[in-house]
Amino acid sequence: MRLRRFLRLWRIVAPLAVGACFLTLWEVVVRAENVPPYILPGPLAIAASLWTDGPSLLGSLLVTLRVTLAALAAAAIFGGAIALLFSLSRILELSLFPYAVILQVTPIVAIAPLIIIWVREPFLALLVCAWIVAFFPIVANTTVGLNSADRNLLALFRLYGASRGQVLRYLKLPTALPYFLAGLRISGGLALIGAVVAEFVAGTGGAETGLAFRILEAGYRLAIPRLFAALFLLSLTGIVIYLVLDGLSRVLLRHWHESALEEEEG
Amino acid sequence: MRAIGKRFRSGLSALEAIDLKIGRGEFLSLIGPSGCGKSTLLRIIAGLAEPSQGERDLLLPADRDRHTSPARVGFVFQDPTLMPWGTAFDNALLPFRIAGRVGPAERERVREEIRAVGLDGFEHAYPRQLSGGMRMRVSIARALVTDPDLLLLDEPFAALDEITRMALNDDLLRLWESRRTTVVFVTHSVFESVYLSTRIAVMTARPGRIAADLPVELPQPRGSALRTSPAYAAICATVSEELARAMTEGSQ
Repeated sequence: MRLRRFLRLWRIVAPLAVGACFLTLWEVVVRAENVPPYILPGPLAIAASLWTDGPSLLGSLLVTLRVTLAALAAAAIFGGAIALLFSLSRILELSLFPYAVILQVTPIVAIAPLIIIWVREPFLALLVCAWIVAFFPIVANTTVGLNSADRNLLALFRLYGASRGQVLRYLKLPTALPYFLAGLRISGGLALIGAVVAEFVAGTGGAETGLAFRILEAGYRLAIPRLFAALFLLSLTGIVIYLVLDGLSRVLLRHWHESALEEEEG
Repeated sequence: MRAIGKRFRSGLSALEAIDLKIGRGEFLSLIGPSGCGKSTLLRIIAGLAEPSQGERDLLLPADRDRHTSPARVGFVFQDPTLMPWGTAFDNALLPFRIAGRVGPAERERVREEIRAVGLDGFEHAYPRQLSGGMRMRVSIARALVTDPDLLLLDEPFAALDEITRMALNDDLLRLWESRRTTVVFVTHSVFESVYLSTRIAVMTARPGRIAADLPVELPQPRGSALRTSPAYAAICATVSEELARAMTEGSQ
């Protein structure tokens, strides 16, 4: 019992201690070596920049976040729907799955310019780019999930004369849920990456500028502390997205799935 | 009252010329070496697999309306085969859910059956919170809620420890004695088969054939006292002998 409480505490304290040590060392090295801030700013300079540029950076973050969340929602809906189609028709799966893989392995940086040319509406163009990056883990995972229903349970459903719809609703969808959620957690991070990459390629792309463009801009102007501040916000956003999706997954699976259960008592 | 009979003459590579008639109210055990096709035979009886030759007839009493009884066959697998996302109650309710009838009567029926298998108070427990034996009890309750005419059990207790297994044997016996459902029980255990059955069919190794069809003439109702009786020991010895002979035959 005592050990467990200690471990729980350590889980929070240890990473914080490592972070604090790292930041201190960073600050000390920057000061001792007199590294100019346009090469490597110290953590204090970055914090100062975060404070002064914070409001405008937050506005940009909101733009990026909107693309990210829209792309993630689209990935969840369409990814889930595509997986469902695949599970209903083996022929469809066999003929279309390779193209989903091709879409996945093609670097988004390479196709983003095309998409930005083809899709006139900037928000939509960014959305499409982020979606392409984010949808695959959901499709792949959910497809596996839908196909991994317990064979004996399937036999049992057949024995009781279940329709295909019933098998899907009472057996396949619940079986696939943990797989879908695992895919969603991966896609959350990827949607953010996709949005950032698309913004890099698209530039300002309109009246509103996302965080990625602020990073580019800060780089051109050698405003490196601001670049770091934007980077920090971006990582923080990624972490928050992950935590939210992880929490969602825990809540939905809390009663039954291994991944959502606390360690065994006794 | 007409007897229920099932007959197959199957020529699967796993099974050969099986001709088996099961009477109503019988507790038939199928025993044989692993891989002799016992489970395949059971799946054919259940209608989950088709015989490549021969036929399977299920002569069920006609006094039951198809609409009121979702399934006339109950099946218990070697694993409890429960849906981990549902409680014990949800799992036992499954046959009714599939039949599209989830009324108060069905709910009461499920509660009744959960009590009958000795899980009173565990309706809302998830499979993960239950022990192996308790999960198997849920599985049995699920098979029984529809009041099946035929209950098929595929080595249901093979994965359980000896003590749990004996307790479940006694409970299954009690359930059967109070209802007289026709039961086909696949097992590896001679003792288990003699203890439970009214009849034992010994099968040979692949291709599976019925090598011996032995009645078990032991008094009913049975209880754990039977386990030490000479008559029980004698039948166990006979079944073991037949099994040994069937195994040498199969390997030739």
